[in-house]
Parts: sequence; C-alpha cells; structure tokens
Amino acid sequence: METVHTDVAILGAGGAGLRAAIALAEADPKLRIALISKVYPMRSHTCAAEGGAAGVIKPDDSLEHHFHDTVAGGDWLSDQDVVEYFIREAPRELVQLEHWGCPWNREPDGSVAVRSFGGMQKQRTWFAADKSGFHILHTLFQTSLKHPSIERFDEFYATELLLDEGRCAGLVAIEMRSGRLVRFDARAVIVAGGGAGRMFPFTTNGAVKTGDGMALAYRAGVPLKDMEFVQYHPTGLPSTGTLLTEACRGEGGVLLNKNGRRFLQDYGMGPETPLGKPVFKTMELGPRDRISQAFWHEQKKGNAVPTQWGDAMLLDMRHLGEKKIDERLPLVRDMSISYMSVDPVTDPVPVRPVVHYMMGGIHTDIRAATPLPGLYAAGECACGSINGANRLGSNSLTELLVFGRRAALSAIEHLQSGAPPASDAALAGGAAAAQARIRELMQRSGGGETVAGLRKEMMQAMEQHAGIYRNGEGLAEACGKLADLRRRYARIELHDRTNVYNTDLLQALELGSMLDCAEAVVASALERRESRGAHQRLDFAARDDAKFLKHSLAWYGGAGAPRIDYAPVSITSSQPGVRDYSGAHA
Amino acid sequence: MSERRVELEVLRYHPETDAAPRFQRYSVDCREEWVVLDALNHVKETLDPTLSYRWSCHMAVCGSCGMMINGEPRLACKSFLRDYQGVIRVEPLAHFPIERDLVTVIDDFMAKLKRVKPYLIPAQARALEQGEYRQTPAELKRYKQFTLCMNCMLCYAACPEYGLIPKFIGPAAISLAHRYNQDSRDGGRAARQEEIAAAEGVWECSFTGACSEVCPEHVDPAAALQQVKIKSTVDWYLAHLMPWLKK
Ligand SMILES: Cc1cc2nc3c(=O)[nH]c(=O)nc-3n(C[C@H](O)[C@H](O)[C@H](O)COP(=O)(O)OP(=O)(O)OC[C@H]3O[C@@H](n4cnc5c(N)ncnc54)[C@H](O)[C@@H]3O)c2cc1C
Ligand code: SF4
Ligand code: FES
Repeated sequence: METVHTDVAILGAGGAGLRAAIALAEADPKLRIALISKVYPMRSHTCAAEGGAAGVIKPDDSLEHHFHDTVAGGDWLSDQDVVEYFIREAPRELVQLEHWGCPWNREPDGSVAVRSFGGMQKQRTWFAADKSGFHILHTLFQTSLKHPSIERFDEFYATELLLDEGRCAGLVAIEMRSGRLVRFDARAVIVAGGGAGRMFPFTTNGAVKTGDGMALAYRAGVPLKDMEFVQYHPTGLPSTGTLLTEACRGEGGVLLNKNGRRFLQDYGMGPETPLGKPVFKTMELGPRDRISQAFWHEQKKGNAVPTQWGDAMLLDMRHLGEKKIDERLPLVRDMSISYMSVDPVTDPVPVRPVVHYMMGGIHTDIRAATPLPGLYAAGECACGSINGANRLGSNSLTELLVFGRRAALSAIEHLQSGAPPASDAALAGGAAAAQARIRELMQRSGGGETVAGLRKEMMQAMEQHAGIYRNGEGLAEACGKLADLRRRYARIELHDRTNVYNTDLLQALELGSMLDCAEAVVASALERRESRGAHQRLDFAARDDAKFLKHSLAWYGGAGAPRIDYAPVSITSSQPGVRDYSGAHA
Repeated sequence: MSERRVELEVLRYHPETDAAPRFQRYSVDCREEWVVLDALNHVKETLDPTLSYRWSCHMAVCGSCGMMINGEPRLACKSFLRDYQGVIRVEPLAHFPIERDLVTVIDDFMAKLKRVKPYLIPAQARALEQGEYRQTPAELKRYKQFTLCMNCMLCYAACPEYGLIPKFIGPAAISLAHRYNQDSRDGGRAARQEEIAAAEGVWECSFTGACSEVCPEHVDPAAALQQVKIKSTVDWYLAHLMPWLKK
C-alpha cells in the first residue's frame, strides 16, 4: 500500500479544514500538510451557508452581548470559557477573511455591513448577500492555492484513523479515481468532516454530510458529545428541504399560519412587532428551536397550511419589496421560484422546519483537542462546545474559522512536544486491517441487505422518533431499531465490485457512519430525561438543571450499544436562567 | 401529486470493463416537480446502484453536478423535468475526459485555476489590528459578479475554443483572475497578467459568447474575457510602442 508521509493530515476541506490548512502553512511553510477530502474543496457543504457569520464589530455592540446571546441561546449547555475564547477571536477571523478578499457587503462609507439574526440582540452578522458560506469557502480555497505546502488529496475518502500506543498517527483513505487504498502517516490529525444531517430524510444538508468524521473518531475511542441536540431550521422549502436563510426574517420577513396570524406571539415570543420593523430576539427573531417547536404545536392545532408536500407555514416577505429582496436575498428569490414556483416578491412562501445542524459532535476542548493525543477536530463535526443545546444562526461559520485555526495551532504545539514517531509496524497493521475490511465488504455475497433499503429505514426511524418532540417510548424503539439496522448492515451486499469511482461502495461506507452517529443520537436522547434547547421530551417537559446541566458523552460500544456518561459544563459568569424572547428586554 | 414516466438515456462508461462509452436506457417514475438529478438519484436507489455521478448540494451552489443534458451543459439539480419532453439524454460534460459514467476528470481545470493566482495580492499591506479595508458598495459592484463562479465548468463544456485548443486557459479561470484584478484591495494584476496574456491565455477566445449563455450564475465570463483582452492590448501598446509611458 502506498504511504504518504506528512506532518499534519486534515480530514475534510470545507471551511474548517481549509482554515486549518492555511493556519498551518502560515505558521511554518516547511510543515507538510495533507488536505484530504472526499469532494473537491469547493463542493464542501460550507458553500450552502447563506445568512452570514457573527462577530462583534459595531460600536453599539459588545463581546458581553455576544457571549450572553450565545449562552442563553444554547440553554446554558455551552462551555462558557470556550464561548469567551470564541467571541474574542471571532472579529479577528472575519477581518482576516476580509483581508483575503471575501466580498462582504458594505456600508456606504466602505466599512463592513452587518445584519440581524435570530436570538442576537444586536446586528452582528457579517454577510455576502445570501451566499455567505459560498464566498467564505471560495475565499479560503483560493487563498489556500497560494501555499505550496498544502498538498491536496481531492476525492480521497477516509475510512479509518490509524492509532499507535494510544495516539492518533494517521489515517487510511480510498483514492476514488483508482479505488486503491492509501495510508497517510501523520504526526497529528485534524478531523474537519462536517455534519451528519443526512441521517434524516428531510434536511438542508448536502449529500456529503454523512457524519464520517464523527464516526471515525468515535470508533477510534473518542466520545461523541451532546449528540441528542439536532437543530431544526424553521424555514425549509417543503418540496426539497432547501433552506431559506434566517436572514429572510432578519431583513423583516414574518411567519403566518393558515389564518394569516403571526402565531409566534402565542408561544411566548410576542408581543407582535410592527411589520417591516423586526425587533431583536422577539417574534420572528426568536431562536430556531423555539420557532420550530411553535410550528409543531400549530400543526397539532390544525393551524398549518396544507401543501402537496405536507403541512407548512407561510414566510411572508412581500413588504420588503423587490429591490431589497434582490439586493439582499437574491438566492432566496431564485430558489423559491425554481423549486416552489412561488415568487416571494408577490406571494408568501410555504416553509416548514427541516433538519439543519448537529450541535453535538466529537468531544473537544477549548484547544480543539480531543482526548486522544494527536487528534484534533473543528467545524460542525466537533463539539467544543459553544453551541450548547441550540446553536444561534451565524455562529457556526465563525466557529469553523476560529476553531479551524485553533486546531492547527494545537497540532503544531503537539508536533513541538517531541512525541516519538509512531511505530511503522503498528501503522502497517492498522492499514492492512482497514484494507481487509474494505475487501470483505466488496466481495461479500449472499447478504441480501441493500444500502438504499437500510438507509431508508434509518431515516424513517430518525424522523419518527428523534424529531422536534421526542418521548421515552419512541426513543427506546429507535434504539432497538438502530441496533437492528447495525446488525443488518453487516449483511449489506454491493452491486458494484469495481474500483474506479465506485459510489456504491462509498455510499455503503457513508451509511455505516450515519448508523453509528444515529445510534449515538438516540441513545443520548433517551438518557437525557429533560427538555433543553433542541432536545424536547414530551415526557419530561421541563429543563432539569439539578440532574442534566451536563454534557452527554456517547462511547462507541463496538457491535453493542454505546455507553452514555457525562461531563461537567463549564460556567464562568452566567448562571442558568430563563430564556426570554418576549420582547421584555427591548 | 402528479407523476410522470421519464425515459432517461444515460451515457455509461467504465474503464475497467468497457472498451467504449455506451448508452443505457432507464424508465423512471418521476414526480412532476423533480429535477434531472432527482431522476438520477431515483435510478441509483431503485434501478441501478452502479451508476456514478457527482452531486452534493441540490441547490445549485456546489457546482458538482454539471452534465450535458440533451446536448447542453447544465446543472442537473437545476434542470427541471417539466422543461423536457421525450427522452432525456444525459452525458458527461463535453471537452473533459471521462473518468467513469457521468464523472469527468477535471485536473486540467484545477491546474488552470491555480495558475491565474486567484487570491488577493494586496495593493497595500494591512495588519489585522487595523481592521477591514474600506471598500464602497460601488467598488464591490465592480467585481462582485465575477466572484459568483462556482467552478461548475459548464462554460468549458460550451466553449468551442477549449474544445479545439485544450491549452486555452478558459472562461472561468480568466473570470476569476479578472475578479481579483478588479478588486479595489488588489495589486496583483501584473503577476496574473503573465499567465493570461500568454499565447494560450486570453487571445484564444473568439467571442462566441457561449460561455456566458450557459453560465448558471450569470458570471458573464465573456465580458471578463473582453475586458481582460482590452487591458492586455493596452498593456502591449504601452510596453512596445510607448515604453516611456510605463510606470
Ligand atoms: C443550507 C445551510 C445554510 C447554513 N447557513 C449558515 C449561516 O448562514 N451561518 C452559519 O454560521 N452557519 C450556517 N450553516 C451551518 C454551516 O454552514 C456548517 O455548519 C459549516 O459550513 C460546516 O463546515 P465544515 O467545514 O465543518 O464542514 P463541510 O463544509 O461540510 O465540509 C466537510 C468536509 O469533510 C469532507 N469529508 C467528509 N467525510 C469525509 C471522508 N470520509 N473522507 C474525506 N473527506 C471527508 C468533505 O469532503 C468536506 O470537504 C448552514 C448550513 C446549511 C446546511
Ligand atoms: S463562469 Fe459560470 S459556467 Fe463557468 S465555471 Fe463559473 S459558474 Fe460555471
Ligand atoms: S448538486 Fe450542487 S450544484 Fe447541483
């Protein structure tokens, strides 16, 4: 097997992976950097982010405000020391992107413009029209081209991490164009593999978001943290799940039920604010978890708008006018027309909550380090945790910059700590075992299970039991279902046994990742007998700080179920309080 | 919800088993509002798991799913079945070697992109502590449209020159060079000019405008080419006929 020798291997070339790569190259041009990604960097799902990235820059704002919004938004499950680091670094990172050419929207005086976002008490979201993630990703990718020390391995699919004596020392990946396996020996590894929304049938997440990075770390013995917290975004197009950014509401769009009522006022987010004059942290600018939950109740009351794709509510932007919509939300208009045949300039657009973001992920600390020496993680696959039980929109693009860079700096510290090189025999053994597993999967016959079949059953179980509202009975059933699916996964049979760009094989491996992540989600959710942020239990309706102000950790249990235990939440200055989105603060 | 049976004729090629590309027919039960990508996904899930193609976002921003649909370069996730009658023929993007089925080899494009130095080369260095560069909305507007390129390469598949002279650096790479040249923060035009004013750079373009017609983002690469060509001509005159004017 070919071996690539490198200093730092990065799994993933989305926003987090690219930011890490550039930070490494800038810190020391002599470092060898292997940037490994199953898609070309610019295809990574960071490109889909629309609304923007939060960072304090305007004189009427302050780091304290950003801190409190984030911590309360996360229902006090965020680690407050990590949040403090994050908000401090945020403006620096956004300016850095500006210096690399990111086309942020501007004020008439040439300074960067910011917009309102849900759960934020000030305007602090930097944006590039409604293609903010696209521009961040392309700016990072293009900037990375200037560093010869970043060696890219595009369309390489990582299958396993390599360990030696309790340290991470590399990984194994399939070169997709040839099908051959390549071993990467690295002194440190950064996982930046993105989210896992594809576990669910209705999601804003692209096909690449299958939780591979999380699953690889999990199987290597690193716990997955707070996996039960899955964010629903309130406004997806019912036909495809395509996102209409929160900026629609930030700019003044409102949500209506079938009677034309702005129903959020009935769920503690009122009083109604004047049309076209959004008020911070009130009504449509409430946080995502609350708005998605309010829709669920409206649906139960029969107040939803029926469409051919199921129940919806209406997002009304007509009062913004064509000029503002074209200037600030051109993609929203284009997608509404293309995928729903509705023009937001003339008609309200039907929308419904859609699976969007994983608050949970690989257990990391303030340094982006995992408990496994030599292994770091950043971006959506990691859980630091700044997002707690509910991420505020526009915090995660900033997060992947801040912690992408932080992971790189920590990896360098690790290289400098002078750990002895890993044993070749151990790495060769690990790589050979990885190869044997792929071979067995490729050649297996008579199993009778299919990728598409199991995937569908997994998605159904997740939608049914791990959605906006959950209960113990359903979650227990989902745990049983996932255990069964994982058993049957061992009998999966491929139709395609060739080498070149074998997407049947890749989808089988991706399904394996999703099943592991999904099991961690439902097992953690079953054990958390309270309601907090995005995790709402009908059988335990209240937040229970006495028992559950702590992070869940799911430990991989091999063929068996994960083991769940807990880690403390770090609280520096904000004691758990009431999340107030009633406009009382305004 | 209305359903419709759609006939897809898809190019198949597998380098390990096929001597030459061939077409395969699939009859697919589709929903009226689907795009071609949905139909392909349906084939992959229910009829033929061996079919290979690239996609990810399903919202026309990642640039992966470029293919020839009835002979035209298009994004499969933005080509609506309702706009087609009869058999829909799906082939890999023209002018690129086929890796397998609808997957093309894009090394050439990736190398060209890198060659034009598509990154900011600051006219004036600025420390992070000094905050952002000032750039007015009007200055942003001068280059904004060229930032929208998602590297989908439809323009390369449409470009007759790229088909004939593969060395031609091509519409998207030039648009991206132009994007940085036009940026008020940038001072790197001279460095980029070496690449794009070279023989296989901008001069190959014969202005058929096909690139701008197919571009799903309305980047208008033909306009970029035109502007770069004018600038290059001016440069040439400055350097050769009026050298005293330089600097
Ligand atoms: C539609 C949408 C809109 C959003 N809007 C916003 C917003 O406005 N503001 C905000 O802050 N956040 C937003 N988010 C969230 C945010 O965009 C994501 O959380 C973030 O972009 C994730 O970046 P990442 O670098 O972690 O992962 P990604 O960009 O998803 O990249 C993951 C990388 O990992 C690689 N990879 C994965 N598995 C493997 C493997 N097995 N082998 C090799 N490589 C692998 C992939 O190839 C890819 O390069 C949005 C999300 C979505 C879906
Ligand atoms: S210029 Fe347009 S067609 Fe060409 S690669 Fe860019 S987005 Fe695609
Ligand atoms: S799938 Fe991303 S552009 Fe079509």
